[in-house]
Amino acid sequence: MADFQIDDYVDITDVVCPTTFVKAKVALEELDEGQVLSIKMNDGEPVQNVPRSIKEEGHKILKLINNEDGTYNLIVEKVGD
Amino acid sequence: MAVDYGTLKKGGFMRQKQKNNFSLRLRVVGGNLTAKQLATIAEVSEKYGDGHVHLTSRQSVEIPFIKLDDIDAVKDALAEGDVQPGVCGPRVRTITACQGEAICPSGCIDTYALAKELDDRYFARELPHKFKFGITGCQNNCLKAEENDLGIKGGIKVKWDADKCINCGVCEKACRVSAISIEDGKISVDDKKCNFCGRCVKSCPTDAWDTVHGYIVSFGGLFGNSINKGETIIPFIEDKEKLMKICDTAIKFFEENANAGERFKFTIDRVGREKFEKTIKEAYENG
Repeated sequence: MADFQIDDYVDITDVVCPTTFVKAKVALEELDEGQVLSIKMNDGEPVQNVPRSIKEEGHKILKLINNEDGTYNLIVEKVGD
Repeated sequence: MAVDYGTLKKGGFMRQKQKNNFSLRLRVVGGNLTAKQLATIAEVSEKYGDGHVHLTSRQSVEIPFIKLDDIDAVKDALAEGDVQPGVCGPRVRTITACQGEAICPSGCIDTYALAKELDDRYFARELPHKFKFGITGCQNNCLKAEENDLGIKGGIKVKWDADKCINCGVCEKACRVSAISIEDGKISVDDKKCNFCGRCVKSCPTDAWDTVHGYIVSFGGLFGNSINKGETIIPFIEDKEKLMKICDTAIKFFEENANAGERFKFTIDRVGREKFEKTIKEAYENG
């Protein structure tokens, strides 16, 4: 699974929609173009919706990793400044 | 002079409780109005009404307290701002629509363009009873397609494109009906479960799906004195020509079979659902 050089992590399991996306977006803003963020999110609504919102922002999704504990890590490469 | 309420109703003038006052319903397509139209409506409401408008449950605008003597002046004033009266009574009513794919990230079809097309084709057509079209862009169903005599819902039929797929796994989770499964890097879609919502396509980072955007059509919906959810006959209609053929066929069936004052659902029930389904299926296959 560890095919990615992760530059930063953010945990959005402590917030609910729409703050989930906002928290992920703020974390992505901290990064430089090409850096990779791992976003930890809950099953259900967050994993159904956050990846799509990240895509719509123009970032590149590399992988969704199932942590087998009701959470997922979405690996995202930042695109744009 | 006797007031011809039938003609007034046909022209969108609804009789009010207050004698000689009418609430004028306007022609709105797909819930959109331009700023110019809104300004005109505001002016007419101030000059000829009592300075307020009512937004109807089906995306129209009504200007209340229009006086009988002012009807022609009101029509002229509205026409200058590209606003036309709507209709009431036994005919095709306002075509309603959500914002659709032109604006909304969830939309699967261009609902406004379709509403325009249906409006051009059918608006105000005389029928045995009222007939309502409603168009919603996706399974979220913000426009409540199935409460209309004929409801149209946008959808996307998908086929996995293995060459573009990076196997991120996002689509499997984006799917709300568990139609997607991934085994050894191979993605399968269960056609029995897929509801054409398009969430897999919209969430896919590499657009690894071949897609067909189409329509899910329901018939016989009602949400007034009686309540009935419109039912689908053809699961997915993949092109607009066929959609139009089916709309034509449904309206013709209603025109030919309905009793005066009978809504579409009750015509279908009385004449026989099987007969109606057969008519629609034939139109689809020969379309």
